[in-house]
Amino acid sequence: MLILQCPYCGIDAEETELAPGGEAHLKRHGPGSSDEDFHDYLFARENPRGVHFERWRHANGCGKWFHAARDTATLEVFGTYPAQTTEPPKEIRDAITARRPGWRWREFS
Amino acid sequence: MKRYSAFAIAREALRYHTGWERAWTSPEPKRHYDVIIIGAGGHGLATAYYLGKNYGITNVAVLEKGWLGGGNTGRNTTIIRSNYLQDPSAAIYEKARALYEDLSQDLNYNLMFSPRGVMMLAQTHHEVRGYKRTAHANALQGVKTEWISPQRVKELVPIINIDGPRYPVLGALWQERGGTARHDAVAWGYARACSRMGMHIIQKCEVTGIRREGGKVAGVDTTKGPIDCNKLGLVVAGHSGVLAQMAGFRLPVESVALQALVSEPIKPCMDVVVMANTVHGYMSQSDKGEMVIGGGADGFNNYTQRGSFHHIEETVRALIETFPIISRLKMLRQWGGIVDMTGDRSPILSKTPVENIFINCGWGTGGFKSIPGSGWGFAQLMATGDSPLCRAFSLDRFKEGRFIDESVAAGVAH
Ligand SMILES: Cc1cc2nc3c(=O)[nH]c(=O)nc-3n(C[C@H](O)[C@H](O)[C@H](O)COP(=O)(O)OP(=O)(O)OC[C@H]3O[C@@H](n4cnc5c(N)ncnc54)[C@H](O)[C@@H]3O)c2cc1C
Ligand SMILES: [Zn+2]
Repeated sequence: MLILQCPYCGIDAEETELAPGGEAHLKRHGPGSSDEDFHDYLFARENPRGVHFERWRHANGCGKWFHAARDTATLEVFGTYPAQTTEPPKEIRDAITARRPGWRWREFS
Repeated sequence: MKRYSAFAIAREALRYHTGWERAWTSPEPKRHYDVIIIGAGGHGLATAYYLGKNYGITNVAVLEKGWLGGGNTGRNTTIIRSNYLQDPSAAIYEKARALYEDLSQDLNYNLMFSPRGVMMLAQTHHEVRGYKRTAHANALQGVKTEWISPQRVKELVPIINIDGPRYPVLGALWQERGGTARHDAVAWGYARACSRMGMHIIQKCEVTGIRREGGKVAGVDTTKGPIDCNKLGLVVAGHSGVLAQMAGFRLPVESVALQALVSEPIKPCMDVVVMANTVHGYMSQSDKGEMVIGGGADGFNNYTQRGSFHHIEETVRALIETFPIISRLKMLRQWGGIVDMTGDRSPILSKTPVENIFINCGWGTGGFKSIPGSGWGFAQLMATGDSPLCRAFSLDRFKEGRFIDESVAAGVAH
């Protein structure tokens, strides 16, 4: 069972307390953007086998949205971080590098 | 290759079953094939079969990283039905269902196709309206389904509790010629027929890279060395995103775990397939007597073929309300597969941004039933560049807003 630490209330929440929210750090293209960008924002996904960044909500807890970095091939969790950011913070990226040297996800590495 | 028949059983019995041949050969890969299919699940093998049977293309290799049929094709709960709402879905699923009717004869392999009837319960007023609408749509599409009363449901399935209290059965959408088939046999039957046509099915051969030259496919790199091809079909279900990345494009697909379970075997008590979409569970009884149970997919990206236990609990808890008889049953085993989910819950059968690479994926939680129809259409697309069965399922439908929205029509994974 997946356990993620909520970065707001510090609780180690197990899956039944959490609601998954899909891929993280999507750039919200809207009116005025190119068709390509709008399509990719709505539909195209990384769906990697390995390092992945996601949005989660502490639904049956404090109710807040946050981010998690996980490995989809092993279910290892690298860390969680608050929602108020457009990219994974350095500590998280370093934590991933320590476990998965040479990882890449979109423009991040 | 010798045909299977009652006579063959008698003949082999007389020599103590020492004369049976292997069902398919296991050759080493050649340097070049006209067509390479990646993924020896049902869809990949059916594609290869109809390439040979309908278009005479037999210089074909099917590459499989594990063993054939070891992906979702060998992990599903085998429900076959074609009572979909949208016209393009009804066309391809009904083509598949109709092919299943005599596929055992066509392949000379017993698929144990059992058209025992599939029932989708309406347990809310929204579902009553929804299924009546589907029944009308099916009548126009030439798919034989009907709306039946709670009394008829009770006659067909005596173990059902139609009175609720929380979710009374208000009626059902009934497809008499829906049912089940043996999933492994579908993969094995197609594999044997492909091998008989001289195609190469190469197991334990993982594709690790896709080579392109001038925007066209040139070949693949594999754990058994590089292999060239003129045309390439990606038919890898949950791993579609991984293969698309190798080919340099992204897909509107996410991979999640879907689980199923069987109970200990009991005496025959239910001879139709029952789906309860509101409570998210479905059930049938296998020939061995096990109750085969499935439910909804897990909610997050996952490649481990392992799901979360609370989903199993939810499914079983819901089904017990409708089938009180199963409350004392023990679970025999539980497993998961990685399913490829698209935004509109419909598959993708399409050309791709790379010339001569074709993709067949996105069947998600419901692609066992469609294997023959999908193989039929996808072989046509790969051989001729166009297929009426596949046209609506092209990759550009997302950009163009032509969704084939079946998520409302089929509330539960199956
Ligand atoms: C628990 C569960 C229950 C289900 N119940 C039903 C049901 O009742 N009815 C229904 O219609 N559908 C059901 N489905 C869905 C159905 O099983 C799938 O849609 C269908 O089997 C997909 O077939 P496929 O051939 O596309 O994929 P698969 O059978 O998964 O085959 C893909 C193959 O590609 C191989 N592969 C992947 N990557 C590579 C690589 N790099 N190189 C070489 N090979 C590779 C894999 O090893 C695999 O064997 C269910 C699925 C699950 C998991
Ligand atoms: Zn919290």
